Amino acid sequence: MFDLKAHLKSLVEAHGPSGHEGPIADLLRNDWADLTDEIDQDGLGSLIGVKRATEPADPPRRIMLAAHMDEIGLMVSDVIDGFITVHRISGVDNRVMLAQPVIVHGKQPLPGIVASKPPHLLASGERKKYPGFGDLLIDVGLPAEEVNELVKPGDLITPDVEMIDLSGRKVAAKAFDDRACVAAMSFCLDQLRGMRHSWDVYAAATVQEETGYQGATVASYKIQPDIAIALDVTFAEQPGVDQDSTASMNGGPAVGIGPNFHDKLRDKLLETAKTYEIKTQDDPIAGRSGTDAWAIQVSREGVPTLLLSIPIRNMHSPVETLDMADIERTGRLLAHFIAGLDADFMAAIDWPGLADLKTAETPA
Amino acid sequence: MILEALSNAVGISGREDAVRKIILEAINGHAENIRIDAMGSITAVKKGTGENLPRVMVAAHMDEIGFMVTGFDGNGLIRFTSVGGVDARILPGLRVRLGDDLIPGVIIWTPIHHNRSQSVKGISDLRIDIGATKKEAASGKVSRGDRITFDSKFMEIGETMMRGKAFDDRVGCSLLVDILQGGPYPVDVLAAFTTQEEVGLRGAKVAAQHFDPDVAFVLEGTTAHDLPNPQADADDETDINPTARVGDGPVLSAMDSSMITDPRLFKFLKQTAEANDIPYQIKSRRGGGTDAGSIHLAKAGTSSAVISAPCRYIHSPAAMMSKNDYAAMLNLAQAALNAITFDTLAREN
Repeated sequence: MFDLKAHLKSLVEAHGPSGHEGPIADLLRNDWADLTDEIDQDGLGSLIGVKRATEPADPPRRIMLAAHMDEIGLMVSDVIDGFITVHRISGVDNRVMLAQPVIVHGKQPLPGIVASKPPHLLASGERKKYPGFGDLLIDVGLPAEEVNELVKPGDLITPDVEMIDLSGRKVAAKAFDDRACVAAMSFCLDQLRGMRHSWDVYAAATVQEETGYQGATVASYKIQPDIAIALDVTFAEQPGVDQDSTASMNGGPAVGIGPNFHDKLRDKLLETAKTYEIKTQDDPIAGRSGTDAWAIQVSREGVPTLLLSIPIRNMHSPVETLDMADIERTGRLLAHFIAGLDADFMAAIDWPGLADLKTAETPA
Repeated sequence: MILEALSNAVGISGREDAVRKIILEAINGHAENIRIDAMGSITAVKKGTGENLPRVMVAAHMDEIGFMVTGFDGNGLIRFTSVGGVDARILPGLRVRLGDDLIPGVIIWTPIHHNRSQSVKGISDLRIDIGATKKEAASGKVSRGDRITFDSKFMEIGETMMRGKAFDDRVGCSLLVDILQGGPYPVDVLAAFTTQEEVGLRGAKVAAQHFDPDVAFVLEGTTAHDLPNPQADADDETDINPTARVGDGPVLSAMDSSMITDPRLFKFLKQTAEANDIPYQIKSRRGGGTDAGSIHLAKAGTSSAVISAPCRYIHSPAAMMSKNDYAAMLNLAQAALNAITFDTLAREN
């Protein structure tokens, strides 16, 4: 039996910053073994699970789902007297670092703490500004000579935190951005096991989204999909984030509207949501979406693309929070949408105008 | 050593119950006249084997710093304030536990995509999220006045290091338990596990007034910040941190912000350490105070001194200290109890 919450927990408690996603791919190879027919990996490391159509359309059609498996993280820059200095790989917020537990991925994983000066010793000026990355030190509690032996510049550093339950069905963890969406893809694949579908499904857990969607760029080239749906997280309502940029937690996936997305594809998806009474929300994005969808849309000859986003709080912190119901809604919606795709679907979402032109030509 | 259990137990100032329970069980049968005073402090007496010796109070505080629920926003987020001294810069993104049921919560943080200000947000501008979406849902689970603690577990690292919350001052409590379980000593040991140190050295004052001791030792966890400054000039030897160092032995304070140590006791402790080949280090930085600050002023005045374990990152979710320092501190405290006489307190003229 596929256990969504246990799957999610193992994904977010594993460590895979951008460019170093191997451990996540290994987990997925195992968890997707029963959910897919084939598993492939591209040149940059994105893992691609293929679920073949139960009754293939003619010509065969492919839908690509994409969710990135990399997370933000830090890297060792130096070791001074047994203490570790850092620089960031992507997107980490220096203001949520002090006193946080971390794992330093040296020759062996070492539990560490981001050092914080006790309040007794702080000068008044120090209390007013967050330290920059250049000021941070990590203490792994071992003698200097041992640290020198075990830790080298270039080693990775990630938060050492578990996924925990909050009230209701809310949970908190690191790396929900974007492994919550990897889990939603898995949930979709599990739902599809009980359904008939005529399109092949390519589920891509992409690498290197946080550094500029390099993973989705090459994965979509390899897959060559007819349509694609990217999955990412978006900002849930919370103080300090303006209302128009947010989606409601427990409000269902936010569906992107804007130039990055295909309007007719969106209409079709919303029809499915209505039929199956799955809550969704609108997510207006005026230009660059900053997600895998931005890369996939312009792959090869262009791909009709959508973006579904799961609302989370505290993005890029060790306490990202979400509601499990939103992951389930996203996975269910995708499964029903895929089951509804037929041989005529590409014609159904074709641009208006060209069809009229052909009709006009026919009499001549 | 029961430091692990004591570190994991939650006892924010004024709500030390869980810590008190562990200590009562640990000292039962090892001391007489065990009582809990009006402040919630435990006092107990371990009778000495000698005669005509000073009655020695040994104190360690049970309470730890933490937070308190002060209110609820309409969206279910929880307002809070600190109990004791905390650096607000460590709070964003931390995990906490609320109330007696230790309800899990997180301190929320506006994503970097929406706010890049490097000015520190004070505690009054931070909020705790327990997953409630309405005021009523939050206030149904926790109440105003509930204490909040760091979500943190004790661990051992390598051969010698220990990591956990509340080493200030569970290390003192653990040592005082060891002292009572050991012995006997020539002197009467007047043990006080005190409350409310972090909000003004309150429990120790009452305990000292009860005992009226001849002399007092306070066992503490103190600030060690023996870290390099990554921005410092490596060739500048003056650019080092002036606090205690982990692994260099117990810390003797010449003074702190609450007391100037009685020079007779300071000298006695140094001599006792040297006579027994126990390493020690001296600290004279004024940051921080201890229960000795109120004990030495109790009644007509009591000669007092502090022996501390050097700990990194006190008042945070994860302090670090060395088992070697713990062992040396126990040796020094027991050696002092074996050696002290009224002559120790003789005035030179």
